[in-house]
Amino acid sequence: MRQFALIGNPNSGKTTLFNALTGSTAHVGNWPGVTVDKKDGIYKKLDELISIVDLPGIYSLSPYTPEEIISRNFILDEKPDCIINIVDATNLERNLYLTTQLLELDVPIVIALNMMDAVTKSGDKINLKELEKKMNVPVVEISALKNQGIKELMEIANEISKSPRKGQTVLRKSALYHLVDDVNVVLKRKNIENPLFHAVKLIEFDELEVKNHQDVLETINEFKKSFNDKIFDNDFEALIANERYVYITNNFSSILIKKDKEIKLTSSDKIDRVLTHKIWGIPVFLVILFLVFHMTFSTNFLFLGRLLPDGFLSLQGTTFEGIFGDGSIYSPGVILTNLLELFLDTISNLIRNWLSNTPSWISAFIVDGVLAGLFAVLGFLPQILLLFLFFSILEDSGYMARVAFILDRILRKFGLSGRAFMPMIMGFGCSVPAMINTRTLSDNNERTATIRIIPFFSCGAKLPILTAIAGGLVQFFNVGNADIITYSMYLIGMITAIVTIILMRNTTMRGKISPFIMELPNYHMPRFSNLMLHLWDKLKHFIQKAFTIILVSTIAIWFLSSFSWKFEFLLEDATMLFNSDPIKYASLEGVTGLVNFRMNESIIASVGKLIQPLFTPLGFGSQLTKVGWVFAVATLTGLIAKENVISTLGVLTACIAGTYIASEDGVLEVVTMIQATGITKAALISFMVFNLTTIPCFATVATAKAELPKGKFITTLIFWLITSFIVSSMIYVIGSWWWTSFIFLVVIITIIVSISFYNKARDNKQLIGE
Amino acid sequence: MKKLSECQIGNFAIVQKVEGERKIRRRLFDMGITPSVQVYLRKKAPLGDPIEITIRGYELTLRKDEAELVIVELKEKEL
Repeated sequence: MRQFALIGNPNSGKTTLFNALTGSTAHVGNWPGVTVDKKDGIYKKLDELISIVDLPGIYSLSPYTPEEIISRNFILDEKPDCIINIVDATNLERNLYLTTQLLELDVPIVIALNMMDAVTKSGDKINLKELEKKMNVPVVEISALKNQGIKELMEIANEISKSPRKGQTVLRKSALYHLVDDVNVVLKRKNIENPLFHAVKLIEFDELEVKNHQDVLETINEFKKSFNDKIFDNDFEALIANERYVYITNNFSSILIKKDKEIKLTSSDKIDRVLTHKIWGIPVFLVILFLVFHMTFSTNFLFLGRLLPDGFLSLQGTTFEGIFGDGSIYSPGVILTNLLELFLDTISNLIRNWLSNTPSWISAFIVDGVLAGLFAVLGFLPQILLLFLFFSILEDSGYMARVAFILDRILRKFGLSGRAFMPMIMGFGCSVPAMINTRTLSDNNERTATIRIIPFFSCGAKLPILTAIAGGLVQFFNVGNADIITYSMYLIGMITAIVTIILMRNTTMRGKISPFIMELPNYHMPRFSNLMLHLWDKLKHFIQKAFTIILVSTIAIWFLSSFSWKFEFLLEDATMLFNSDPIKYASLEGVTGLVNFRMNESIIASVGKLIQPLFTPLGFGSQLTKVGWVFAVATLTGLIAKENVISTLGVLTACIAGTYIASEDGVLEVVTMIQATGITKAALISFMVFNLTTIPCFATVATAKAELPKGKFITTLIFWLITSFIVSSMIYVIGSWWWTSFIFLVVIITIIVSISFYNKARDNKQLIGE
Repeated sequence: MKKLSECQIGNFAIVQKVEGERKIRRRLFDMGITPSVQVYLRKKAPLGDPIEITIRGYELTLRKDEAELVIVELKEKEL
């Protein structure tokens, strides 16, 4: 199949054009080795099918960013039959700068002039004929948004793709033209493809080119010695960039006819006045952020709970009981989650009934092992997608770039750029979309470091652990206030994030903060169809993961907890148990299906017993003697979904305390556990912190694996383990023996001092080396 | 001659020279900050850094660290 490549600046409407061309045939993946989106699809409206490849949005073909390297390598290696260069008509100068570089390739090019309607509306005019003449390639006026001119564009692209084109350069009037021409001739003689493009890049001393053409370099160096420009000395890279812009500005006047030169206050400027206001900018951002979370997670939507009668909308006695509200209205995110759970429960029950004639372990395996695990993960979907939707709206509208602008100063203190803020905050909702959104970070080290700290921002699924244990602490030890304990856990998570990010940026993830030179695009209404396509991509990816890595690991954990070493099936029928001893199993009244009351004999229990001593410094290891393994097992089952931690503790109370307990908020389970195990206050807090900071759930782990740069996944897992061990043991040790805080203080100061000394010494060495 | 980072909000200036190491210099050039182009300092972020400029008809934001590399000459008013 013949292949056309779509290339253009970010925010030029490239994605919209791509969607218009390919519709539902689009496929999104990653470029090999880097996490930059690779999109391709098929255009069907010509005589033959044409494959369309959407290259990343770029400003130039320099060798300095992964996006630019991908784009040029694609054109040079894959040799597309035609380049469709999309140009934003409202921003002609900077857009054409990229065009002048593309022109040097020996590939047919057509310019798709987008957003002409906006230009016409402002009263300006662009002379298409003149632009065509100056660039010497066809120009087609399109509106990607309104789906206009696209057929014509593809017809012209198809036509020109059939005959070869020789590269041309706009540097003909440059002082460097002779050199360009000489090198071009030499390369041509060596039968190198795209000789002109390579010639110009060589003269720029482009990192990617220099090593391949050592021989030609001599000529250039010779020339360089005798060359001296007033402004540029002999920096050819700068000189060439300048010549391109000079060519554009010199010819610009005849192409674009501006109605008046005054800088008008556009509606975009007016919005900007509020959103990036010196005083109001940050408060407005906080309000927007609050609204996003409120819409996704709140069970008291718009705070109507106070005004509404008890039990309002609870729909007691119907199928939809507790779905839409209970004395208050739930937020859209909660309602969608509840509806999905209702749907999934119905499916589970149908299948359970359908399997009722098979041996109990088969139906248990399918329903409780496979489906329950899968559904636990799918249950997150509504809120993940909703968060995604809101953040895509903010991104598409142009606001996200402003957020980076407002917050860059603060983030820089921690060695991050303003772009890193959003992903981190999204972590409070769910780590999965948060990690995917780190794609806006350009520097690999910064990205790795950000992905690693995202789980420390306690997500929605970790909250039940915190509230249950905090409740248990208050009830059993009669200390403080559960809300304050929960809140301080969030704080500890954030402090851990800040401390570790500073540590990483000074040690393993060292590197200058990437420069922050960014376009602030005009605000515009996000396109509904674009948002939906975007959401669909994410959904596909998530479901793919749910059915592969997440499913396999979930089944493994289920298997380990349901079978003993002798492969004896441990689950028992709840009704039968209740009938055998109604007093002991009082809480099972009315419960149907299988329960795991013999989990203490399971394989996972012996794994728990095996790793129990490891948790001794954390306070829930060997000191809890025979029953301490329950905490280790709860941590392991928490890997499926963090909600499992408390429900596992509930199940295990049956094994060690003799009674099965399942309360709505999990407090009772925790209290029983405290009684049965004799765990201390400090150790309980340490257990909370450990679950908060250790390896996150499988869904997050799978996302991290996909999003992290190559070779960083294993070290990231180790990083989470080590961090959680250190932080939790510090909490336990200081909580048990307060005076040890002085020892920790000394250790911390020593570490800080030695790292800064080491870094200074290393920097000095490098300076001398240079 | 002045650094772009030292300009005030509302200033018009003409770029004279761009300094800095290769990579960052190229990036500034690629974004259109080349000698003899006019820049307009539009805004500073709430905490004074980064800054926002209008250049070649679009809005660009850069940190003071990067603006320090851009040497400009102030203009009384728009060209």
